[in-house]
Amino acid sequence: MQPFKKIKSIATPLDKVNVDTDQIVPKQFLKLIQRTGFGQYLFYDWRFEKGGIPKKDFVLNDPAYQNSRILLARDNFGCGSSREHAVWALDDYGFRVVISTSFADIFYNNCFKNGILPIRVPDDVLEKLFSIKSEIEVDLETQLIKADGISVSFPIEPHWKKILLEGLDDIAMTLLHEDQIVKYERTHKI
Amino acid sequence: MSKTLFEKIWDSHIVTEENGRSLLYVDRHLVHEVTSPQAFDGLRLNGRKVRRTDLTFATMDHNVPTSDRSLPIIDQTSSTQIKALEKNCKEFGITLFDINSPNQGIVHVIGPELGITLPGTTIVCGDSHTSTHGAFGSLAFGIGTSDVEHVLATQCIMMEKPKTFEINIKGKRKNPHAVTAKDIILSIIKKIGTAGGTGTVIEYRGDTISELTMEQRMTICNMSIEAGARAGLIAPDEKTFQYLRGKKYAPENYDDYVNLWRENLKTDSGAQFDKSFTFSAENIAPQVSWGTNPAMTTDVTDIVPFPEEYGKGNPEEEKGATKALQYMGLKPGTAITDIVIDRVFIGSCTNSRLEDLTEAAKVVKGKKVSAKVRAMVVPGSQLVKKNAEALGLDNIFKDAGFEWRESGCSMCLGMNPDILAAGERCASTSNRNFEGRQGTGGRTHLVSPVMAAAAAIHGHFVDVRELDLN
Repeated sequence: MQPFKKIKSIATPLDKVNVDTDQIVPKQFLKLIQRTGFGQYLFYDWRFEKGGIPKKDFVLNDPAYQNSRILLARDNFGCGSSREHAVWALDDYGFRVVISTSFADIFYNNCFKNGILPIRVPDDVLEKLFSIKSEIEVDLETQLIKADGISVSFPIEPHWKKILLEGLDDIAMTLLHEDQIVKYERTHKI
Repeated sequence: MSKTLFEKIWDSHIVTEENGRSLLYVDRHLVHEVTSPQAFDGLRLNGRKVRRTDLTFATMDHNVPTSDRSLPIIDQTSSTQIKALEKNCKEFGITLFDINSPNQGIVHVIGPELGITLPGTTIVCGDSHTSTHGAFGSLAFGIGTSDVEHVLATQCIMMEKPKTFEINIKGKRKNPHAVTAKDIILSIIKKIGTAGGTGTVIEYRGDTISELTMEQRMTICNMSIEAGARAGLIAPDEKTFQYLRGKKYAPENYDDYVNLWRENLKTDSGAQFDKSFTFSAENIAPQVSWGTNPAMTTDVTDIVPFPEEYGKGNPEEEKGATKALQYMGLKPGTAITDIVIDRVFIGSCTNSRLEDLTEAAKVVKGKKVSAKVRAMVVPGSQLVKKNAEALGLDNIFKDAGFEWRESGCSMCLGMNPDILAAGERCASTSNRNFEGRQGTGGRTHLVSPVMAAAAAIHGHFVDVRELDLN
């Protein structure tokens, strides 16, 4: 996994609560058997008319946000289906950071597993970020969001910080506990 | 120290702890065709094996056609995914209930009916509705594909301990055939919201829960994820032990296990939950969802709400309701019973078990599906289908004009050919009414099996309390 240090980019404002993973990647695109190539399907039904013509009023189609790496979202982002394809699509499209007031649990976990940093911020901070048109800097090492004269710290579990900063393989990390797994299996029945 | 049921299961599965996280042992891993191919690829790429093939079970359910199984699968991409699962299970040595198996079905339907699901165990699956298995007192939750790979390789999962959430459900429903488990869980989600359970494991308790059958309890736990919870749990009781007795994968010395379960698997008196909610089921009405998330639900006797009333001063929620009504093609103030439907879907891991079909058949028997409605029944598994046919339910549905199909997830998520056309309106016994869930532009109303059956007959929603269901 690609390590995550610092990202500086304009932020794409997705002004909607309860965005579910069915919207992030509609089900007709879940049949691929690889992890790559999902970016073209990101927010597909909101982003494209029938026949694949971009919808002018959808924020991802706004030329101002074409090279954005940061997505601003609202409450309960990523709810619903556990499909990791949603995160693969965000990643493949180019997003490395999603900032919201809250995330659904499975989606939140899936982000870290793919080198995407989900950041929870209070309401007032999110409102401020939604109003900023200039670039936003997210620094994982210092846990700071800097933009337009503001500097806000954000929380992250130490486990995930380490995995993201170093781009670690968490299966290899778990396998370091092989002795304990074997020991557990010896006594655990069912 | 007094512990909750969740804490007991959690603590007994900790392999080790690190940085405030626990490495939990996984007792059963269920695998399906959509969220597993990339996980198996990851194993191959790193030269890893499946650690416990004996604890891993696979089936194909999400994109299988529900039409004649002797015909080839027309959709090439579905066929590729199904073949990939066959190949992966063979290569890694995993038990697979394939498309021709008498045990094929929706993963959350076959787990319990085969006794793979057992009290006190930990169960994971790359599917958010894994919470269903919590009805048996097992800690069961959905995971992403990276975690599927992690569990295949290590039989463990690294997690932060969720909080505990007690939902106490009290009161006797006046007409339990008309006001079902689906109506109870939809009513609860309506109250606590789609993020009401985020970060928690819910334990459903109270006299209403004790009265429910195992299949009804599964409906409740199934939709825990629609309230945002990691899992839903119900303490096992004699009904649970009876249900699992003699099932194919239930342990041989079953009575010894029952004694252990009976003694241990309950929340101690005096145990503290992080959060608590009490709900009275006594006077609830049949529920119908009107919007694009499961909390956007109301009584069948009510009207489509006005966004400003729904938002209760929260501008984001109000905006959400306005957009939802626009998508659903509904006007505020319309009586729910005036909403005319085009399609009916009875199926999904929420409501496709024998009891769901039996109850729906009571409404349908001797009647005809409205001429304007296309209605289908998709049993949750081959075993459900067989048992329903033994009771003659297939003929009741077919005589009324329903399609009687093969088992799978079908139109719950429309990954197979069973989809809504844009603008079509469906009374559905599934779990999600998200935009496009059942087909791009399709409009979903979540209801119970009896409500769906009655809507099929009448062509619009009706209050099933007015029908004779006994």
